[in-house]
Amino acid sequence: MDRETPLSERRRAPVIAPGHTFATITDKISSIVLARPVSNAWLVGFGLAGLITMMLLYAIGYLFLRGVGIWGVNIPIGWGFAIVNFVWWIGIGHAGTLISAILLLLRQPWRNSINRFAEAMTLFAVACAGMFPLLHLGRPWLFYWLFPYPNSMNYWPQFRSPLVWDVFAVSTYFTISLVFWFIGLIPDLATLRDRAENKWAAMIYGILAMGWRGSARHWKRYEKAYLLLAGLATPLVLSVHTVVSFDFAVAILPGWHTTIFPPYFVAGAIYSGFAMVLMLAIPIRKLYGLEDFITLRHLDNSAKVMLATGMIVAYGYAIEAFMGWYSGNHFDAFLLWNRLHGPYRFIYYALLFSNIGFPQLLWWRSWRVRPVRLFLISTVILTGMWLERFVIVVISLHRDFLTSSWGMYYPTKWDWMTYVGTIGFFLFAFFLFVRILPMISIFEMRTLLPEAEVKEAE
Amino acid sequence: MKRTRIYGLMAEFETPTDIVNAAKRTHQAGYRKIDAYSPFPIEELAEAIGFHRDGVALITLIGGLLGMFGGYFMQYWIHAINYPTNVGGRPFNSWPAFIVVTFELTILCAGLAAVFGMLALNGLPMPYHPAFNVPRFAFATKDRFFLIIFSSDRKYDRAETWRFLESLGPRTVSEVPS
Repeated sequence: MDRETPLSERRRAPVIAPGHTFATITDKISSIVLARPVSNAWLVGFGLAGLITMMLLYAIGYLFLRGVGIWGVNIPIGWGFAIVNFVWWIGIGHAGTLISAILLLLRQPWRNSINRFAEAMTLFAVACAGMFPLLHLGRPWLFYWLFPYPNSMNYWPQFRSPLVWDVFAVSTYFTISLVFWFIGLIPDLATLRDRAENKWAAMIYGILAMGWRGSARHWKRYEKAYLLLAGLATPLVLSVHTVVSFDFAVAILPGWHTTIFPPYFVAGAIYSGFAMVLMLAIPIRKLYGLEDFITLRHLDNSAKVMLATGMIVAYGYAIEAFMGWYSGNHFDAFLLWNRLHGPYRFIYYALLFSNIGFPQLLWWRSWRVRPVRLFLISTVILTGMWLERFVIVVISLHRDFLTSSWGMYYPTKWDWMTYVGTIGFFLFAFFLFVRILPMISIFEMRTLLPEAEVKEAE
Repeated sequence: MKRTRIYGLMAEFETPTDIVNAAKRTHQAGYRKIDAYSPFPIEELAEAIGFHRDGVALITLIGGLLGMFGGYFMQYWIHAINYPTNVGGRPFNSWPAFIVVTFELTILCAGLAAVFGMLALNGLPMPYHPAFNVPRFAFATKDRFFLIIFSSDRKYDRAETWRFLESLGPRTVSEVPS
């Protein structure tokens, strides 16, 4: 930035660049969907993501044919990649809900320009997450046995089991995220309906907008429902990763059986989620010229959230290590030794580097407001959070109480194809999303303008 | 000749302040069957047209309570009445273990009640509405603000109401065919 700008301005980039009006905001965001021609770069990216999605379908198809034996899972490591990826993906989703619900309740208006695509990210991430436990079932086509429905076997799910809690937590989370996202879209769909020049586009957006016309009565109920949903989604998002951590914490395995898991899981989820938000926001704002709406302020704030949650995660690691020593429990102490010196030690070191060491650069402002550097840190954090789940799942399982039941876990190519395939599917959905729906909430951006305020009458 | 029925008269304004003032004056002038349209939520606007109670919170509360009691009762019925299973000597009605699912179902039902309650109270989906007959109304989702006085209002008189709307200083006044 130039030296002419006053210090206060330089310190705090605006939430929305000056010079915009209701009309320019509307035109700029809606033209990405309605007027912008399909670029070659988009086609290449979309095609590539589509190919990777095909690979996912291939891996799933083969899994259906042969069963989970094609994966590297074994006894004692029954969970393997499937649960590592499940926890990783669902954690990523958490940032979307945090941005859309918690920051709304905390009256942080800067969220308005990133909440839409962060919510889309949540949906796609939870969809990827949901695949893994289902595929891991062994007979995925019987997934509906997880739900309580009257059946000829006269049997019910066991509601004392954390795995059943998980079914309810994740399906509730997906449903609420979906309606929250769709409700937020309705006024913008109406805008697209009224702007669209293509007859078919106008008709499709019109059906989706359900006849929204911006009546003051409608807005009032809408705002109330939106606020209530945010209030409901806030405890929900905190509960989801808590319940996921119960899957581990309720077991008696060393490294799982600990009370720090719920807060440490939630913080880790938000940590990785913001990393994903930044990895999406940084290229999008560049490619679609949205630097006016997703400003350096947004990058800076997101980086600060990452720094804060990263410190909570670091605290979690420290307490785990401390308790391994302080508890005096032989098996807990061995777990710590095994992490530091066992066969998977390099994964643990890589985890410490990428989740605790490297992100400390975020203390420097120059790393928070330089998109390329921030992108790099986000990549490292996302990798680190994946490694964390690997450490939790695999290192804890592979050497438990009895030496006779020790084992090793090696992922197969099918594990990798499924994992990489979900990343492809995530990107595939995201490429579609940026082309057919407004990726920034138009009506919420309008409220950020100074002229949106009603001046005292007469 | 077939006469089109008139749904109401519509005035167009350019700023949020204008529409709120116009709506206030219309309400003060005794018009009750009115509505205002804006491209983003304006808190003062609903107040100005005399709309105070929305009912969404009550529906959400009812949904949440149904989810909570229904969710707990479902687990109680399954594990204590229909198919009691002894798991490590724990009571059949082991309520601490039932909290998570009860909580999730509370949120789920309350959230769905909020969304569908809001849509139902708003009368959405509504494929046709007379306001869309006015071509300028497309700007209600962009940067313009509209006020309608419905012809069903007791004070409605085509010429009189037209003059009244003109006096509010709108950009244009137009007729809404139904």
